[in-house]
Amino acid sequence: MNFIEARKLVHEYIRRDEEGNVESILTALDQVDLDVKQGEFVAVLGHNGSGKSTLAKHLNVLLAASGGTLWVDGKNAEDEDNIWAIRQNAGMVFQNPDNQIIASVVEEDVAFGPENIGVPTAQIWKRVERSLKSVGMIQYREHSPNKLSGGQKQRIAIAGVMAMEPKCIVLDEPTAMLDPNGRREVLDAVEQLNKEKGITIILITHYMEEVVRADRVYVMDNGKVVMQGDPRSIFSQVDTLKSYRLDVPQITLLAYELRKAGLNIPEGILTRQELVEALCQLY
Amino acid sequence: MLRDITIGQYYPADSVIHRLDPRTKLMAALIYILSLFIFRGWAGFAAVTLGLILMIALSRVPFGYMVRGLKAIVVILVITILFNLFLTPGESLVEIWKVKITWEGLKSAGFMAVRLTYLILGSSLLTLTTTPNQLTDGMEKAFKPFNKLHIPVHEISMMMSIALRFIPILIEETDKIMKAQLARGAEFESGSLIKKAKSMVPLLVPLFVSAFRRANDLAMAMEARCYHGGEGRTKMKPLKYKRSDGAAYLLSAGYFAGVIALRILL
Repeated sequence: MNFIEARKLVHEYIRRDEEGNVESILTALDQVDLDVKQGEFVAVLGHNGSGKSTLAKHLNVLLAASGGTLWVDGKNAEDEDNIWAIRQNAGMVFQNPDNQIIASVVEEDVAFGPENIGVPTAQIWKRVERSLKSVGMIQYREHSPNKLSGGQKQRIAIAGVMAMEPKCIVLDEPTAMLDPNGRREVLDAVEQLNKEKGITIILITHYMEEVVRADRVYVMDNGKVVMQGDPRSIFSQVDTLKSYRLDVPQITLLAYELRKAGLNIPEGILTRQELVEALCQLY
Repeated sequence: MLRDITIGQYYPADSVIHRLDPRTKLMAALIYILSLFIFRGWAGFAAVTLGLILMIALSRVPFGYMVRGLKAIVVILVITILFNLFLTPGESLVEIWKVKITWEGLKSAGFMAVRLTYLILGSSLLTLTTTPNQLTDGMEKAFKPFNKLHIPVHEISMMMSIALRFIPILIEETDKIMKAQLARGAEFESGSLIKKAKSMVPLLVPLFVSAFRRANDLAMAMEARCYHGGEGRTKMKPLKYKRSDGAAYLLSAGYFAGVIALRILL
């Protein structure tokens, strides 16, 4: 069984008026199928309002499905007894770094998760040290999070999740509020966790450049999964992506335009290096 | 003005006071506050002043940093002084038309000002030397017996520590909103008091909205990290009394007895 298996997952936001009558129904997730293997790096792409954040919240059982089934780590998310086990195994990092840091000292914030799940004190210290090291923030352990940069705060949030020793981390647009430097910091940390510790990563984003590092990409639009595959095959379909109001990375776009203009270069070029090599082959 | 609030702000330093158990500091702060309302006369005044100076010196928190916290209560301070000054009956000192200042009024105004100032300084010393998390831990443990009366001690202390953590964030946010409104021609500094109060509305509404949004986000983040109340929770830094705490308890008990003795004897 896959680490995450969603079958025909549906989520509806129901707006009611004052008498409790249904005013309108917004289907944020519409028959979503999702399969993520242990150790994979999966990206979920989508425009604003495509339902990608709703999907992320389901993976952590912060929302309950209106229909369909979801299994995380072999546990059924519908069963209330499984909530805490799933939340522990599928940690979550949110968009706004300020709104997810609970304590006023970095190490105490990282300890918040393990404290909640009842880890013994001596063990908490080890976990805090290990997870702060794994995101390269150990030298800030006694600092106040208020004085850190956005990228550093987000790495603290990741460390806070890591301290619960999850098998999977779901990141819901973790870089949306960061500058380019912070964005790279966070993504490097995430990629390292995936490669070195085998943590399953689910990255929800609307930045194309971040998707290039993933093993597999899901594209969402209007609550439906509309495309899936590896980054190369997704980005070779520039026109389809554009119809979902998504951009492709600049390099890929350049290669696409060059190809359209008649140059003989392969489809789905993702990095500058690849484009340079493809162009050099021509002459 | 908003940046001057030092209540609830931790000042990192390595001092005897910083290393004390939060429960000890809570108790000491409580004793100090009580002593402020018990003391009478110049000897008592000397005792509470001495106590405060000693504590500030031991805490290694710069005095200037502490005094800045007082700016926030200037208005309350002035009102208290005026009320005491003009409304205390007694032997008149100066009399202009119907307003008279009495010797007793002057004295009680002076002592009231001292009480309030020391109250703020003393209690901000507690938060300046204790991280909010330690403070909540301390309160949770010190007030645990109240749990039997169905008072949600853990929840209250958790709320307080979160409130403290968000003070600097909300201040920053207020600053930002203020600048945004100023850029669009709003005026906060000029005009009468009523006009000033009215001009706060476009500041407070967005601040409230954003605070609620933050609260919502935070609640979700806490839940995602398996927060489910105080039951079955362990601590990274469990509270343990050390020898210095015993000494601190003895010292504050001695101080308290001294202040009471001064009041009774003099």
